[in-house]
Amino acid sequence: MTQTDTARIDTTRIDTRPQETPVGLPRRAVTIQLDGHEIKVPEGATILDACESRGTAVPTLCYGDTLDPVNACRLCVVEVENSRVLVPSCSRKVEPGMVVHTDTERVRHSRKMVLELLGSSVDLSAAPSVAGWMKQYGADPTRYGEIAKTVKQPVKIDNELYVRDYSRCILCYKCVDACGEQWQNSFAITVAGRGFDAHISTEFGVELPESACVYCGNCIAVCPTGALMFKTEHDMRELGTWDESAQRQTDTICPYCGVGCTLTLHTQDNEIVKVTSPLDHSVTSGNLCIKGRFGFQHVQNHKRD
Amino acid sequence: MVGLATVFGAGGGTSSYREIEDTDVIVLWGSNARVAHPIFFHHILTGIRNGAKLFVVDPRRTSSARWADRWLGLQVGTDIALAHAIGREIIAAGLHNRAFVEGSTTGFDEYRAAVEQWTLERAEAVTGVPADAIRELAHAFATADRAQMCWTLGITEHHNGVDNVLSLINLNLLCGHVGRYGAGINPLRGQNNVQGGGDMGAIPNKLPGFQDLLDDDARQKFEISWGCTIAPRHGWHLTEMFEAMDRKEMRALYVIGENPAQSEADSTHAIQILEGLEHMVVQDIFLTKTAKLADVVLPATAAWCESEGTVTNSERRVQRCRKAIDAPAGTRDDTDILIELARRLGHEWHYPDVESIWNELRSLSPMHAGMSYARLVDLGGIQWPCPSNDTLEPPFLHGRLWAQDPRDRGRLAPLSAVAWEGPVDLLSNDFPIRLTTGRRLDSYNTGVQSSAIASPMRDGETLDINPDDAMRLGIEEGERVRITSRRGSIEAPARFDLDLRPGLAFMTFHFPDEVDVNVLTIEANDPKSGTAEFKASAIRIEKLNGAVGAVGAVGAVDVAVDVAVPVAGD
Repeated sequence: MTQTDTARIDTTRIDTRPQETPVGLPRRAVTIQLDGHEIKVPEGATILDACESRGTAVPTLCYGDTLDPVNACRLCVVEVENSRVLVPSCSRKVEPGMVVHTDTERVRHSRKMVLELLGSSVDLSAAPSVAGWMKQYGADPTRYGEIAKTVKQPVKIDNELYVRDYSRCILCYKCVDACGEQWQNSFAITVAGRGFDAHISTEFGVELPESACVYCGNCIAVCPTGALMFKTEHDMRELGTWDESAQRQTDTICPYCGVGCTLTLHTQDNEIVKVTSPLDHSVTSGNLCIKGRFGFQHVQNHKRD
Repeated sequence: MVGLATVFGAGGGTSSYREIEDTDVIVLWGSNARVAHPIFFHHILTGIRNGAKLFVVDPRRTSSARWADRWLGLQVGTDIALAHAIGREIIAAGLHNRAFVEGSTTGFDEYRAAVEQWTLERAEAVTGVPADAIRELAHAFATADRAQMCWTLGITEHHNGVDNVLSLINLNLLCGHVGRYGAGINPLRGQNNVQGGGDMGAIPNKLPGFQDLLDDDARQKFEISWGCTIAPRHGWHLTEMFEAMDRKEMRALYVIGENPAQSEADSTHAIQILEGLEHMVVQDIFLTKTAKLADVVLPATAAWCESEGTVTNSERRVQRCRKAIDAPAGTRDDTDILIELARRLGHEWHYPDVESIWNELRSLSPMHAGMSYARLVDLGGIQWPCPSNDTLEPPFLHGRLWAQDPRDRGRLAPLSAVAWEGPVDLLSNDFPIRLTTGRRLDSYNTGVQSSAIASPMRDGETLDINPDDAMRLGIEEGERVRITSRRGSIEAPARFDLDLRPGLAFMTFHFPDEVDVNVLTIEANDPKSGTAEFKASAIRIEKLNGAVGAVGAVGAVDVAVDVAVPVAGD
């Protein structure tokens, strides 16, 4: 940015007349080296943002577009020159002159180990992309054998709207953050226990209908592994009828109140099987309430009069 | 919508949701957005976390009020008294925006005279809100760089709902909190296309795009396009139609996607009127209670997921609805039904698809001209006005009021010297308890769409009352009680709720097949908008096993206030 540009932006900021659009702080461009290429990214961007801007694929599980990074899964690590340890690309902000490598032996080895450790203890079968990454990094979760400790446990089914299958939970905290101060502010769930016994729980471990849960399903929307799942999806998976290749996604507008939330209807065989909302829409940022998320039964054709 | 149109000429909220996140003071008045508009409340929560102060004005200590810096728990129907006291305090403290008031508004002297009697002390006596809290809101609102005023049906569902709205708009005008980013006035629409209905001219005095029906040029434009003549007179709004049906002046009714047999106030009377019609047609996705009364039922597809079209939300954003599933056999899209009906009546309407209907609107309504289907998809919806195919307008309305040159400011915004009147349905010894109505999180209106949600939070209809009232009446939690107003009587289980003060009761109208709450509500309508006073009925509560102890739970202030109010007709 030139001196002239900065001066112009400063003038705008001290102007007290009504502003037509919000004026944020001006962002400088930062030059970094990514896999041998020099690129410019806005100040404050993360290494992951920089990778995405260049089309460099980086695997992530705990990262959510609408949530602050928690650095829990360590799958997105990259190598930064002069950094002793690998750094999580989802949270590390770019600095001028930073030299980043996303595909070194050290990075690949680390990602492979993360996938194997997670895969040996958690059921990742409902996590999109994981199977592909396993192949890409040559990860073999079975190599730890039968003695590997797992989080396997029965599915918690205590209501008709969504289930909690903690055999699939990688403790990424996304549901806790979405339910808590980052979006829903209901604070119905948090992490309880320590070490390997750490788990996501309602207050005092009560069932959902006794908890502070308001069934907005904003936790389901951010869950990367299917540990939180629509009951419709869970039931169809049990029956073996869940088939994402036969599903369509259609964006429409919620039929209830006047806020106008965009609903992405996931349909299979002319039935709505799941509802999400686009993460990048200015109205919802991917969030819905119980009516938008679960209020579609009245048009399910097997239920219509 | 009527109030905003009166002041600004356009019946729409002036700000965008995003602006709430960047404001300094938020006033949520007669709105439990946490429950009724949960995703809008997300924007408020972001605003709070960014440092905004929240004031909630509501007779109930709602779940929205739990997030407030201050809750102002006013008596039902005393909104104008409170708003005027705030206005008076702002003026008395010299905190109003003199430059804006002088340059961009009219009627300041009349307004100042109207609010003069509303001292903090008098307001406290009438509204029940402590003077300190009124002063705090007034000062915070007036000294904020940016402030947002938001309301919902707690303001509009009164016999003087439009005056209520005008009294709130006054406060924004007084402080210059309109027409700037982050400062504005936001009515939250209760239904997904209430705004769109108004936009499309489904109101008795406007053509699509809020063009006045009495404007010869506007009418002629539509007449040329439609090849017909349009009568230069305003039609009836819903309430006027019911009155016309009652006196047999209107004898046939065509109802599309509405359930008046259960949603109208004083539903017993409403059903009598509908039954007295010579002919009624109902077009709906379900065989509603209204449809059961009809001579002809036209089964329609569900507009939001079985057909194509657009809706407009509370921030004036026009968005696309799309067909995701096939509708049941025998149903047809609303547009198909209307086109076919027109054909049978001798008019051939040629629309190859819904987009061509939309494009016709764009050619006739300047505020929609730039909204092609392609742009609506690319931009995630577009807020009106959007006259240009290439550019977008600012996210807020009425920036013109801030123009340097007075000639660019257009029609100045009038302050409204409205007078306060309490609720029509007076409290008395026979009807000592004030009943107000509202929504719960997991249900919606008469339950036609929401009753199928398997919500673990749902208890069915209850009469929510303060435990002190219940104790006085000898009622236990969960006990079925009789609730009687001057219009009718129903039964429901009692539920204790500490968010209600003694003398105040709450019910919804989500479960009309089990408990028809609108048997109780009063058909006292706002003369300007036709909205009924759902929010203020006088009731008594009795034990089912005997009528003893029915009276006594009287909020003394409430009665004193109500009795003092002169009311025309009852």
